[in-house]
Amino acid sequence: MSGTYLGMPAFPTAVRASTKDTQLRANLTHATHTIRDKRAKAVAELDDWAQLREAGKDIKDQTLHHLDRYLLQLETQVTAAGGVVHWATDAAEANRIVADLVKAKGETEVVKVKSMATQEIGLNEALAAEGITAYETDLAELIVQLGDDLPSHILVPAIHKNRSEIRDIFIEAMGRWGRPAPDGLSDNPADLAEAARLHLREKFLRAKVAVSGANFMVAETGTLVVVESEGNGRMCLTLPETLISVVGIEKVIPTWQDLGVFLQLLPRSSTAERMNPYTSTWTGTTGGDGPAEFHLVLLDNGRTATLADEVGRQALRCIRCSACLNVCPVYERAGGHAYGSPYPGPIGAILTPQLRGIQSEVDASLPYASSLCGACYEVCPVAIDIPEVLVHLREQVADQGGKGHRLEAAAIRAAGWILGHPAVLAAGERAASKTRKLHPQKSPGPGIGPWTETRDLPEMPAEPFRDWWKKNRSPKEGR
Amino acid sequence: MNSRETTLARVRAALRDVPARESANPRDYRSCHVADEPTVLLDLLHENLVDYRAHVHRTTPAELPATLARLLAARNARSVVVPAGLDRSWLRDVDSALVSDNATLTAEHLDDIDAVVTGCALAIAETGTIVLDAGPNQGRRALTLVPDHHICVVAADQIVASVPRALPRLDPLRPQTWISGPSATSDIELDRVEGVHGPRTLDVVVVIAPALGESGHHATTT
Repeated sequence: MSGTYLGMPAFPTAVRASTKDTQLRANLTHATHTIRDKRAKAVAELDDWAQLREAGKDIKDQTLHHLDRYLLQLETQVTAAGGVVHWATDAAEANRIVADLVKAKGETEVVKVKSMATQEIGLNEALAAEGITAYETDLAELIVQLGDDLPSHILVPAIHKNRSEIRDIFIEAMGRWGRPAPDGLSDNPADLAEAARLHLREKFLRAKVAVSGANFMVAETGTLVVVESEGNGRMCLTLPETLISVVGIEKVIPTWQDLGVFLQLLPRSSTAERMNPYTSTWTGTTGGDGPAEFHLVLLDNGRTATLADEVGRQALRCIRCSACLNVCPVYERAGGHAYGSPYPGPIGAILTPQLRGIQSEVDASLPYASSLCGACYEVCPVAIDIPEVLVHLREQVADQGGKGHRLEAAAIRAAGWILGHPAVLAAGERAASKTRKLHPQKSPGPGIGPWTETRDLPEMPAEPFRDWWKKNRSPKEGR
Repeated sequence: MNSRETTLARVRAALRDVPARESANPRDYRSCHVADEPTVLLDLLHENLVDYRAHVHRTTPAELPATLARLLAARNARSVVVPAGLDRSWLRDVDSALVSDNATLTAEHLDDIDAVVTGCALAIAETGTIVLDAGPNQGRRALTLVPDHHICVVAADQIVASVPRALPRLDPLRPQTWISGPSATSDIELDRVEGVHGPRTLDVVVVIAPALGESGHHATTT
């Protein structure tokens, strides 16, 4: 695994390898089943979950429907509170803004809070190209970074690694990035966490610039919110002199009171906790407490294109809880890397092709990376109808043509002609019934060949229905 | 057109199908899920904090100094950082060196200090959360982050039932830290491990007016 999603194979090719990786399958099955069971319990504690979910969905929809107004309100409030707001239309522009801010401070390293937005824009790689080292400080992100690996889950990026694999990565790589792993490090999770604590603390204490994302931005007050567990977020958000937050424009919510909905929905859906250990909120800068300089980079990068699709825009409601990954039978077997994007699983299958477009083979394959079982929709705390968007995107992929879809289009055209000519249809049916002993149970490729590898073709009846009807239920018999 | 105008123009173009008028959001979720009575809230806060491996202690105003001294001694705290506005009488029985917070105290200094004692803005029973808002008896955010042991004093009348009840009582312009149990991670095989980067020990001391203290179960330590 090399640290980039670029050039990765399309989903059907990628899963051919990942589904045969028994270690990966075991790690994933254990992790996803553990969390989905816990989540069900945490949700069951609130008897108004359905109402909370509806409120979350509607608040997000209302915000998206008037996004220009809320973004302007947010900008005004952040600026009034001493922050600086930057706008970035794409990844390159966002990376440029961050790199220039870091260089203006004369720094060559930054500490980072885990953030999906910065994964999406490839910030670490862009900073490296400018001679700036970005240190990931979330334990799982650290594991991924030290292992020259890629995240495979939105919430638990190293979910594909078990404890002994993590120990080996720490022993092998920590010394190259800073404080080495302690001698004789065991694979006990508490010992591994302690090694990470020691390794990262020296970085927290010397860092002058931090980069984060945000879970929510409150338009009414200009407040940013980061939800986390470990305290690495708090370290990055409060100790450095300069804080740069890169946040997707869809993360805005209208009011402070709206947090009452999302701070109930998010922790229970994601880590199955009543509340995550640490939530930090900040509004601009506060003299003598925390960073003296705060920059907010508002990121488009495909979000406005997603917003323009009336069916697909609901994907922008996503609060990145990852509940849909943990219940998905496809994710559980394929693993996160197969999706070729920082957003794996069901939400990734609809978000990635919308953010990046469906021109590439990887992105065009993602709407098909699903059994459409609907479990993702059931657990989604903001009721994103993922199956609906998947089918909608499949239609778009089919419309743009391509190998399989040209064949399908020809078949549909032929079927249309036959159905429009009843005599031809009847003759064809009779011929098919007469030759039914000769029909194969499997279809040799191309087209539906792979489909019938695991399914039998339907058996042909002894005679066509119209012949049977004529014999048995003919109106002449007075029935 | 600069990027700000480009983005806003794209947003407006994307929303051409949306009617200008906003509809009202349904707000029929509950503002809390428990009986809003002091003893119920106290017991629930206690239970939920313990569930997330915080240590909870109940005490009275008169016994508070002795309780704090005992908790610091139990962890062999040699030094304790004290927010500028903390009631110093709380710490009169403490043997550890008291370090007053001031602007010259850097993160490196704080890293050498064993413990911190603070008050809080409020506590939320349903989620087992204490909220700090950098008020005078809590100080800046770094104080409760870098030392390994945090003792937070909660007055029983600071406990609210739920997150929706807490928000109107908090000022969003103040930097806030919501704490539910000590630092924790579930990144390794989803096993919960306490103590990664924040304080590994969280003691929550609930100060109860004597009448209420007698009716609840008393001075429980976990």
